[in-house]
Amino acid sequence: MSDLRDLYQQVILDHKKNPRNFREIEDCNHMAHGNNPLCGDALVVYVKLNDDVIEDVSFQGSGCAISVASASLMTEMLKGRTMEEAETLYDNVHKALTGEDGGAELEGKLEVLGGVKEFPARVKCATLSWHTVHAAMDNEHDISVTTE
Amino acid sequence: MTQTELQTMAESFSDFDIAAIRRDFPVLNQEVNGHPLAYLDNAASSQKPVQVIEAVDAFYRHDNANIHRGVHKLSQRATDAYEGARSKVRDFMGAKSDKEIVFVRGATEAINLVAQSFVRPQIKPGDEILISHTEHHANIVPWQMVCEQTGAKLKVIPMTQSGELELSGLDDLLNERTKILAIGHVSNALGTVNPIKDMIAKAKAKSIPVLVDGAQAVPHLKVDVQDLDCDFYVFSGHKMFAPTGIGALYGRQDLLEAMPPYQGGGDMILSVSFSHTEYNTLPYKFEAGTPHIAGAVGLGAAVDYMQSLGIDKLAAYEHHLLEIATAELEALDGVSIIGTAKDKASVLSFMIEDVHPHDIGTIFDQQGVAIRAGHHCAQPVMEFYGIAATARASFAFYNTEQEVAALVDAIKTTQEMFA
Repeated sequence: MSDLRDLYQQVILDHKKNPRNFREIEDCNHMAHGNNPLCGDALVVYVKLNDDVIEDVSFQGSGCAISVASASLMTEMLKGRTMEEAETLYDNVHKALTGEDGGAELEGKLEVLGGVKEFPARVKCATLSWHTVHAAMDNEHDISVTTE
Repeated sequence: MTQTELQTMAESFSDFDIAAIRRDFPVLNQEVNGHPLAYLDNAASSQKPVQVIEAVDAFYRHDNANIHRGVHKLSQRATDAYEGARSKVRDFMGAKSDKEIVFVRGATEAINLVAQSFVRPQIKPGDEILISHTEHHANIVPWQMVCEQTGAKLKVIPMTQSGELELSGLDDLLNERTKILAIGHVSNALGTVNPIKDMIAKAKAKSIPVLVDGAQAVPHLKVDVQDLDCDFYVFSGHKMFAPTGIGALYGRQDLLEAMPPYQGGGDMILSVSFSHTEYNTLPYKFEAGTPHIAGAVGLGAAVDYMQSLGIDKLAAYEHHLLEIATAELEALDGVSIIGTAKDKASVLSFMIEDVHPHDIGTIFDQQGVAIRAGHHCAQPVMEFYGIAATARASFAFYNTEQEVAALVDAIKTTQEMFA
């Protein structure tokens, strides 16, 4: 069960049960819908940019523990960062979870997502919110990823 | 089920030697993530007995050659093995003639064949194709394609909360515009055994042809196409202990005779010139190109294997597993069963409160319990229940009561983690 405990660490379960920044931002200036039609995960990510700083970021929706926890952690990590920093973090998470371009180290509290690498079928669950926020900042409004 | 019925059922498989049967399936004897494997994903694909593995192996070691053309010895042996497998499948289906058994890649290809070669040439704008709400995508999409190609309409028999078909409106749905009724024998997402014999009788009374998608039925119950009186019956080998990439279409001979070929190529012709091609006789007209010869040999071996165990007996034993698993899950708080039809086979779809099915699938896997999590290629069924996915355990005759216990333990572990 050690691998499993790694994946479903207390912090992931905590974020699943009590997702942070789980709300709408009424005066957001960027938002996007992210969905995985095959497993039914559906998220909306809201971003409020002040110049190029992310003043506020939040999400709503439903999904598995991995996708909700990843979205929750993401909002915590992105708040207060510049667009450029957010882009770097997005690339970092993508590389770390997919192993592309030699992989990467996950920063700070995102480390708990590292266990997902061992479960290839679940990587898309963890990256859904990150693709969605990326789309939001690129002014795309809908993005789909599939896990099956 | 009453106690008497349970008793009768238990007696019907009392000489079922489960330990011996499991020795026939080498893949079952392994640990996954430090636990004995409990393979409960049989509705997705079944495991293969050594009898099938060795038949395929022996074919490649001793008899491999192309069929229906060589004058040499190996070609003759390969042809005999392939046609021998066809006869076994004919017997297994209860068909009249080997000409009525067409080897295909699987149920999906068989349905596409009937859709394009039987229905499409004769259907007109405004005509109707009738399916049900509980169909697998393989028995939905090929018909939608015909509708798009011809302007015909897809009509759907509704379902009930328990996962049964709502048949009160069937007489109206079967009308003079209906060009085919295409219906699943057993629902892959819910396990419901549909009352197809009655439905076929109603359709035939109005001269409406019927295709039965038997992909989830043939591994679990005895099928007799003449008794059912259907026009087409399709299934996949890999769900009934045979290799992937091989399946069969049963079609009534007079209908197959009248149908144009599905694909053109070698082996489906008698003669070819640039001005005219003479098509081959049945069933070869529908088997263009070199078929999956070794797969057919494996399918024949799977038929032999199931018949040697006794299909009624293996069905009774497997049903016993489904009954006890259903009772165990019903007794658990926070677990709901999706699909509670009176007549079910093999499949137990369920939800655990506040836990996404994909999390269930991953956590079960860590305990060696292999199940399916997802929409089971039956998204309209998921939509009916307002859910995106279920967790699905599905049994075969090589599963055990200990594996049912492992399933229950896995549910409890999942609930503890998410508590």
